[in-house]
Amino acid sequence: MGYNPDKPMDGRISDLGPPHYEQFFPPVIKANKGKWLWHEIIQPGVLMHKSETGDEVYSVRVGTARLVTVEYIREVCDIADKHCDGFLRFTTRNNLEFMVDSRDKVQPLLDTLASYGNKYPVGGTGAGVTNIVHTQGWVHCHTPATDASGVVKAVMDELFDYFTSMTLPAQVRIALACCLNMCGAVHASDIAILGIHRKPPMIDHKRITGVCELPLAIASCPLGAVKPAKAEVDGKEIKTVKVTVERCMFCGNCYTMCPAMPLADPEGDGIAILVGGKVSNRISTPKFSKLVIPYLPNTTPRWPETVSAVKKILVAYAADAKKYERLGDWAARIGWEKFFEKCDIPFTDKSIDDYRLAYDTWRTTTQFKFTSHIK
Amino acid sequence: MAKRETPLLDQLETGPWPSFVTDIKRQAETKPECWDILGILELSYKDRITHWKHGGIVGVFGYGGGIVGRYADVPELFPGVEHFHTIRVAQPASKYYSTSNLRQLMALWEKYGSGVTNFHGSTGDIILLGTRTENLEPFFWDLTHDMGQDLGGSGSNLRTPANCIGMSRCEWACYDTEEACHELTLKYQDEIHRPAFPYKFKFKFSGCPNDCVAAIARSDISVIGTWRDNIRIDQAAVKEYIAGNYAPNGGAHSGRDWGKFDIQKEVVELCPTQCMWMEGGELKIDDKECTRCMHCINVMPRALRPGVDTGASICVGAKAPILDGAQFSTLILPFIKVTKDNDFEELTEFIEKVWDWWMEVGKNRERVGETMQRVGLPTFLSVMGVEPIPQHVKEPRSNPYIFWKEEEVEGGFERDIDEFRAKHKA
Repeated sequence: MGYNPDKPMDGRISDLGPPHYEQFFPPVIKANKGKWLWHEIIQPGVLMHKSETGDEVYSVRVGTARLVTVEYIREVCDIADKHCDGFLRFTTRNNLEFMVDSRDKVQPLLDTLASYGNKYPVGGTGAGVTNIVHTQGWVHCHTPATDASGVVKAVMDELFDYFTSMTLPAQVRIALACCLNMCGAVHASDIAILGIHRKPPMIDHKRITGVCELPLAIASCPLGAVKPAKAEVDGKEIKTVKVTVERCMFCGNCYTMCPAMPLADPEGDGIAILVGGKVSNRISTPKFSKLVIPYLPNTTPRWPETVSAVKKILVAYAADAKKYERLGDWAARIGWEKFFEKCDIPFTDKSIDDYRLAYDTWRTTTQFKFTSHIK
Repeated sequence: MAKRETPLLDQLETGPWPSFVTDIKRQAETKPECWDILGILELSYKDRITHWKHGGIVGVFGYGGGIVGRYADVPELFPGVEHFHTIRVAQPASKYYSTSNLRQLMALWEKYGSGVTNFHGSTGDIILLGTRTENLEPFFWDLTHDMGQDLGGSGSNLRTPANCIGMSRCEWACYDTEEACHELTLKYQDEIHRPAFPYKFKFKFSGCPNDCVAAIARSDISVIGTWRDNIRIDQAAVKEYIAGNYAPNGGAHSGRDWGKFDIQKEVVELCPTQCMWMEGGELKIDDKECTRCMHCINVMPRALRPGVDTGASICVGAKAPILDGAQFSTLILPFIKVTKDNDFEELTEFIEKVWDWWMEVGKNRERVGETMQRVGLPTFLSVMGVEPIPQHVKEPRSNPYIFWKEEEVEGGFERDIDEFRAKHKA
């Protein structure tokens, strides 16, 4: 008995929702929920939580590629069966966590993980770099301006030592979104890698009539750059749209609404770097990431320009920030003019906001520092 | 399907970080269509552009979400990925799994799909990446009948809610994020599966102001745990930190020599409200002045804990930049109780009030945060029946352009110009 295409509605079940979480709790978690007292990171990638019952849980955090296969998940299950009573979990930043209920079970688990070579890197805790939250990119998405998994692999290869150690002033959260839709919500990350377009959409007049609701395409543009127009296709006049190029900010929203307006391009597309965002309310309030490098090319397969830009920012921050200071708090304290100088990033007009609410970011004080920018 | 040459992707097989290329190649040994995934991706690496067509509407009967249609724009080159639809499977709260559950899901995906997944998607779902249209219904049948599991959300509906790890393994959770997330997900299945909203809508549940699930940046309704009594202090443990016997910040900085722990410098002076001080060897906190930023608690988890009168702050309207720019959620309800004891009533009443209003006034593809901006915060508060308080703003407005209502002004707006002119010649 299974799905019967002749009677599709027979026996259909819907709206079950997710399975109840409690059935997936390791026994030590189930016994101690709501009773945890404190925690300590006993070595990079290994957390110990202490319960008021006296119980302890040791969680071993492991980086993953996120883009993983059935075979990989089965291997992960083998590890969890061997060491963790058949339970495991994933974090919001695409790490795996294997949990054991006593300290003497930690090393055998670490040994098993190490036996797989580089497949199960242990780390991502405390004042280091944890896994990069990212989107689909070229492996699945229809609107990307860059790849996701490949860029992440290249960046994490370079930052690997920061994943397996805790030497930074505070945690550094890196995120990647492959276009401005930001499925990866990189707008509040210490370092954000963002795919951007730089060429306005083309108009496929031959196709637009069949696939596009013109009023929706026109309304989709936040700057009114998409306007009604007429064109000739096969000797017949058709209704279509045109784009006022000077008003286009390359957001791609028109293409989301209208498949006849593609804008991706090998030379036009690339990566912008934004920094200094954070989500936590710790010490300072949540902050948006700010654009510091407007464009780096899509140099496949390892994006060397992006990798070196991220590394340079991270190294400058690590050397100069105070203990507990997040990247954005550091930049705000030293002043953004100093940030550009210390990170050796050229400042351009692309970093000056000219969209909505731009004035909020203009400097309206005589307080500034005399950096090399002042000639 | 034949093996593909992938000279560019092969260069992503070196280096210390796990390689998705190596992983997919291994999967291709038993699922040869994986060679076409690598093949089309290799072509994108060569051409530096995507090879997926725009959109494609597919799904299962009765649902308007949960499946994202996808087709290759070079199907003749890579027939194995001609259809490459995504299935979003709703994840359990906090993303704990048993291996038996995962193995069962993987067996289904081996049978009906490409064998490639994401653990997890950005919103939180399990993402099963790549299948053909004719596999969707049989997969959904087996998922619901054999596993008792279900699809998540996509499109203009409630997206699969997500939560931080909460009380199951964190000492700071101020309410049960797992229970709240699970119960509300079940309550709003119709809103998840059948699009009826102007645009997408997200809930996220974080247990404390550290906000590990990024609720304030990523959800239309952000439920962030907090407390309204006093931080609990264990003065003996404070002394242990001062003596250097406990690692500050749970050992998070142990990889570098930052010198001896200095409570004055690292805790007292970094407090954003300056509401703490040392007195007679004890740490004192003026809790009335505390804004619950979590720093002191993060630094000394064995000595300090959130209070016991706990609940959540409700913030509304976060989103990524498309279209009007990025927004964080705005604080609307400073404190409510979030508990199953009353079926999360205070929270669900508020959520439904927001939906009723937004579904009426929200424009097509307008997130609720943008609707709030368009009508203004005073209007939103008034529609929600929320009394305006200083906590709703960072600072009072600096312009005098108030939208006075007629009933707020003595005598109303109707006046007689002739009466006016009788006293004031033009």
